[in-house]
Amino acid sequence: MNLEEYAAKRGVLQPAGVPTPRGMICRTPEEAADAVRNIGPAVVKAQVPAGKRGKSGGIKMADKAEDAARAAREIIGMTIGGSRVEQVLVEERCPIERELYAAVLTDVTSRSPLMLFSTEGGMDIEEVAEKNPAAIRRHAVDVNKGFSAADAAALLKGLDLGSASDAIAGILVKLYEVFSSRDAELVEINPLAVLKDGRVVALDCKFTLDDASVVRQPDLAKVGSPPEMTKLEKRGADVGLKFIQLDGNVGVLANGAGLTMTTMDVIEHFGGKPANFLEIGGEAYTKSEIALDLVLSNPGVKSLVVNFCGAFARTDVMADGVVKAWEKLKPTVPVFFSIHGTGEKEAVKLVKERLGIEPYDLMEDAVKAAVEAAK
Amino acid sequence: MIYRRGQKVLVQGITGKQGTFWTEKMMECGTEVIGGVNPKRAGEKHLGLPVFKSAVEATKDRPCDTSVIFIPPLMAKDAIVDAIDAGIETIVVLTEHIPGHDVLQIFARLKNSNSRIVGPNTAGIVTPGEGFVGIMPGHNPSIFLPGDVGVISRSGSLGTLICLNLTRAKLGQSAFIGIGGDPIIGTTTKDALVALDKDDRTKSVVLVGEIGGAMEEEAAEYAKTMKKPVVSFIAGRSSPPGKKMGHAGAIVSGGKGGYGAKRAALEKAGVRVADTPEDVARMLVPA
Repeated sequence: MNLEEYAAKRGVLQPAGVPTPRGMICRTPEEAADAVRNIGPAVVKAQVPAGKRGKSGGIKMADKAEDAARAAREIIGMTIGGSRVEQVLVEERCPIERELYAAVLTDVTSRSPLMLFSTEGGMDIEEVAEKNPAAIRRHAVDVNKGFSAADAAALLKGLDLGSASDAIAGILVKLYEVFSSRDAELVEINPLAVLKDGRVVALDCKFTLDDASVVRQPDLAKVGSPPEMTKLEKRGADVGLKFIQLDGNVGVLANGAGLTMTTMDVIEHFGGKPANFLEIGGEAYTKSEIALDLVLSNPGVKSLVVNFCGAFARTDVMADGVVKAWEKLKPTVPVFFSIHGTGEKEAVKLVKERLGIEPYDLMEDAVKAAVEAAK
Repeated sequence: MIYRRGQKVLVQGITGKQGTFWTEKMMECGTEVIGGVNPKRAGEKHLGLPVFKSAVEATKDRPCDTSVIFIPPLMAKDAIVDAIDAGIETIVVLTEHIPGHDVLQIFARLKNSNSRIVGPNTAGIVTPGEGFVGIMPGHNPSIFLPGDVGVISRSGSLGTLICLNLTRAKLGQSAFIGIGGDPIIGTTTKDALVALDKDDRTKSVVLVGEIGGAMEEEAAEYAKTMKKPVVSFIAGRSSPPGKKMGHAGAIVSGGKGGYGAKRAALEKAGVRVADTPEDVARMLVPA
């Protein structure tokens, strides 16, 4: 889960003692105007959990109250990176001397936290990594030892940061503390600015909370931005089902992430288009009844593939849920089954007896038939 | 990471519903389970097996090769660290959704230890005719057949389908290694490929990958050096970018982890990549 800039600054950086500019969160042009009267010349920034806000026109300067009102009027309601802007951050404009980059993230390759620092801040770090990889310094952190002031000094050594050097090192140490104590997947400050008056402040912040740690960070989960979802996706999420709505017309109900992706792939291979991803693997296999309801609620669905391959998930339990939902909903779309693995005999018998449908022996054949029927 | 008859297995979380169900299945299949762990029920018997307060306690005066973790996400770290402290060689972690920072601590602890982790978020390992460890239908003869094809899979459900197709084509399996659907796992695709390459009973390998990460590309580098034929299927070709497809590790982000790069790397290494799971078996049968 991502946090918007303001939520990350207020919820994560400020409590940790990382300096940020003065700012106010505003939901209307009037509030934005008041904010500028209060703090002086400002930057008005769209609050969305996505990057490239500047390029999308989501960041504007405001010297006077009326500028701020105009900027807020233009920005609120925009859609950036798929998210609608509901509020803007009106923040004190800081005279910048130098823009730096600092981040900590989970590195899959080294299976450890990775601290990143660059003097080329303010830019897209992916671009810096591509054009001038030497400009990014890295330090893989041993979680047993943490990240000390000495580690920070070593990371910054020879970078000519002048009198700001100590303040930057202090911020890096705090950044790691935040990363490890707040269950972050990523904390990024870009830019980390050295101001003309010598202060070092975080001008922007990105924070991604580890999805598996939401229960351990209830305060951050509350201010975090859940991913944009369609109504059906939301309905799925509410009952613990991962449902992704797509623009095809062949509905998919399968167990396990790998098998579900594969069913979608085989649909495309035979010239069809999948209408959804829906996984009922793991403990979710008992939810096939509600899952089927979701798949069939998608208005684009013209035919349906039910593909079960039971390992942990029992196909008889899943088939029972499907049959019950089918009898209740009485859908008119044609359905094509392929059922194998744990509980297969009982599952096949159930589908034959209650729905009068013969499951296909090969998944490919079930998919081909469903693609044909959706045309 | 290849199960062999006679290896001794400890079940951490044996008294839970799934722990109980799958321990029975493992034993039916010939897996030698020496006991289980549940600190609250230490000293009791469960399924006729002794229950210990910890893995360290369980292995104090009896040999143990493998531990399997049936422990919920927030408690999994302590159980795995216990197994590492006990010096158990292979730790099969079935748990999905372990907090990311717990995973980092587990892997920091694993360094300089004698243990290897398979998973997290794996369905387990199977050696047809010998036994299995995890939540795979190792006891189902219509899915698993003894033979000489080694199978590696990130996904349990898709791995099951692949083995079923092989069995129908009378292509038995020497070992199934489920490596897990998480982004950070203890045994990578390449690790499993190296193990199967060195395994005398394995004559060919089926590598079942997924979009996300770069494990298939890394494995392809190794496949170049192999004499045994390798056939692959990669799931997620039609998945939209930027979305986690059920598995935390199955995501294409910032243009990385996509299907095209994986397929190209494997094909360049001489690996045949199948378009459908059923083609996998067809590709292994000599024309």
